[in-house]
Amino acid sequence: MNEFLFLMLIYVFVLAIFVGFELITKVPPTLHTPLMSGSNAISGITIVGALLSAGAGELTISTILGIVAIVFAMINVVGGFLVTDRMLKMFKKK
Amino acid sequence: MEVVSYLVYLIASVCFIFGIKKLSSPKTARQGNQLAALGMLLAIIVTLLDQRILTFEYIIIGVVIGSLIGAVFAIKVPMTGMPQMVGLLNGFGGGASTLVALAEYDRILTGTDVFDIQTTITIVLSVLIGAVTFTGSLIAFGKLQGIVTGKVVKYPLQHPLNVLIFLAIIVAGVYVVINPAEMDILLGITFISLVLGVLLVLPIGGADMPVAISLLNSYSGLAASMTGFVLQNNMLIIAGALVGASGIILTIIMCKGMNRSLMNVVLGGWASAGVGGPAAAEGAHPKGDVKSVDAEELAMILDSASNVIIVPGYGMAVAQAQHAVRDLMNILEKKDIKVRFGIHPVAGRMPGHMNVLLAEAQVEYDKLIAMEDINDDFPNTDVVIVIGANDVVNPAARHDQNSPIYGMPILNVDYAKTVVINKRSLNVGYAGIDNELFFYPNTLMYFGDAKDAISKLNNELKEV
Repeated sequence: MNEFLFLMLIYVFVLAIFVGFELITKVPPTLHTPLMSGSNAISGITIVGALLSAGAGELTISTILGIVAIVFAMINVVGGFLVTDRMLKMFKKK
Repeated sequence: MEVVSYLVYLIASVCFIFGIKKLSSPKTARQGNQLAALGMLLAIIVTLLDQRILTFEYIIIGVVIGSLIGAVFAIKVPMTGMPQMVGLLNGFGGGASTLVALAEYDRILTGTDVFDIQTTITIVLSVLIGAVTFTGSLIAFGKLQGIVTGKVVKYPLQHPLNVLIFLAIIVAGVYVVINPAEMDILLGITFISLVLGVLLVLPIGGADMPVAISLLNSYSGLAASMTGFVLQNNMLIIAGALVGASGIILTIIMCKGMNRSLMNVVLGGWASAGVGGPAAAEGAHPKGDVKSVDAEELAMILDSASNVIIVPGYGMAVAQAQHAVRDLMNILEKKDIKVRFGIHPVAGRMPGHMNVLLAEAQVEYDKLIAMEDINDDFPNTDVVIVIGANDVVNPAARHDQNSPIYGMPILNVDYAKTVVINKRSLNVGYAGIDNELFFYPNTLMYFGDAKDAISKLNNELKEV
């Protein structure tokens, strides 16, 4: 990766943090637990990297690590989104 | 094809952003979560179409196993177990980042690509943050589940040891960056980082878990971002940064709710606060009489009230009393008594813990009022019922400069005409200090396990 590309990635990272701060400060305290479990599920986005490693062909150290990473990330993703949905279903107003 | 997949990654990123935006109201929150899930699905599908993926059998096995475990967790976990569930899921996210970074290192090492300094730096960071998140979250899970002690654990040379470990990781990291070859040193870094995760979370006490869980949540996001740098993928960087920001904001809110610095929480326990501490507070034992009340009397007091505020705490969660509390609310409302709930930001073991439990018991969310919005109403309130909360209603936080909790924002329940405190005993709360509120003239103690006591009260109320 050249320096320019690296710099662009840092740009995106910094700007996304600002977007995150703006969005999260508007989440009311009553939804802080679902926010946590939901954002948790989003951090399972590393599944993308895990898929690329695990599908690279013959069984090497890299693919084995990738398969375990898929299991971990999918637990995070599926568990996170499902449990958040379960919670949010319960939030009702009169 | 590459252009298409990057466009889909962009769409997925927008889904994450709008998904979190919709969490700003309980009305749209569920839709928001589903939108984020859709973004994730799009990202996974388009990745599977990537031409670098040659074989699918391992992928299918991994996806099926992971999804099944995740689904079982999500369906089985009781609402009272939500803090440990979030801790556990968090750990898997961090673990995945570490594994992906290791896999990428191995791929470059054995393939035709060459290492460049930016990639190796971010690989080392992914490994470090991911591994600390992994074991740290597992320890947090263990503490919340009761497998590992919830107490503040002190070990000899705690701080020098952690600093030393951290320095060792940095030295080894710099070595890998300068001289990337063989997996050994990176695996060494992984191992020490795993140990560091354990050592960092072990000293943190049970009631400080809201801070620890929030912080670990932030780490798992940062780890995902670092993996994004390794893979040069903006979507991972954006998604990770959103989660990182979320965790940091929650951490700050939790720390403010306890009037403590992040350092103080991370280093472990109230006792290290300097002023007072449990031992010092012992001398200033509040004097006076404690008035206790039984269910029958309490029912009569409540019957003549016109507005009531209920203040729930961790004790309600432990006793699984949320349904009994909901019944109490219904009975009082049938008597035309206005009932609301006052929620302290650090009540429970994670941010928003009380709200989820009460939502499960079908208490409408517009009755759950945050501390700053309800604190002015206590002087006009007839009866406050405190259920399983202690330190968050201790008036010493307002006036006693020697108290370890001095300065912590509290619910001003003592301003109400009558305060009823349901507790099992006069024991101290997490901060290890006496609560002078128990001895106030307008305070009545209603002893008993929250679930039994409130159910008994409900029966009496029906007869009044």
